[in-house]
Amino acid sequence: MPFHATREATGVTVITVEGQLIVANRQELKEMIGTALERGDRKFVLDFGPTSYIDSSGLGALVSINKKVREAGGELRLAALNDDLRSLFELTKLDTLFSISDSAAGALAGF
Amino acid sequence: MAHPRPERHEGERRTRFTVSSEVARVGEVVEMVVAWCSEHGPLGKTARFRLCTVVAEAVANAIIYGNDHDPERLVTIELTCLGDRVVVGVLDEGQGYLPEQVPDPTLEECLENTCGRGLYMIRHLADHVAFNAEGNAIWMTLPRC
Repeated sequence: MPFHATREATGVTVITVEGQLIVANRQELKEMIGTALERGDRKFVLDFGPTSYIDSSGLGALVSINKKVREAGGELRLAALNDDLRSLFELTKLDTLFSISDSAAGALAGF
Repeated sequence: MAHPRPERHEGERRTRFTVSSEVARVGEVVEMVVAWCSEHGPLGKTARFRLCTVVAEAVANAIIYGNDHDPERLVTIELTCLGDRVVVGVLDEGQGYLPEQVPDPTLEECLENTCGRGLYMIRHLADHVAFNAEGNAIWMTLPRC
């Protein structure tokens, strides 16, 4: 399974994305965050440290998740994008939509 | 429009395979492409990222928009390795589309769209992109490093 969720004592849910976030698995991530929202979670960090690539469906899923979390009064932060992934966010200008931290620890510290 | 399939060159390596139109197979196709290209020369880290991303995009587009998720229809992947370049062709059995009609996803009014970034990403991550006249085949040229 490419997504591993842990819940910090501070109430922040951290989801690690392993391998890739693409058309074949994006729904799984959307459902995982949807379930967490239903149980009351409102603060999320997506840790892309072990992520090799993201396709446009994966980016679209992130846009969709971000909207859903915001509408629920919560906040989503992205963390640990490697140089190639960060360039992809800049290329698509999605870096202007998301809060992006250099590390999961940095994202957690900001909450 | 001239057919953009790459001309043959001495010393090049070519292969071709097909997959059924199931999005669950996109990751597998990407792995097959990377493995074959790696057999014929080193791939730099950023080159691998670009290759993975554009192949995932083109194959997903072929499955979803070209072949309309019909598992009976095939997607063909053509690979050519020549020196410091890799050319990836992705062909579907659909009616094709006009790539110039896809809007720029970085426009402010498009930023929160959940789709429509694939072709834009391919155009910016590949060194050269060409389509056949029907619009159901794309060839993408990428560097190895």
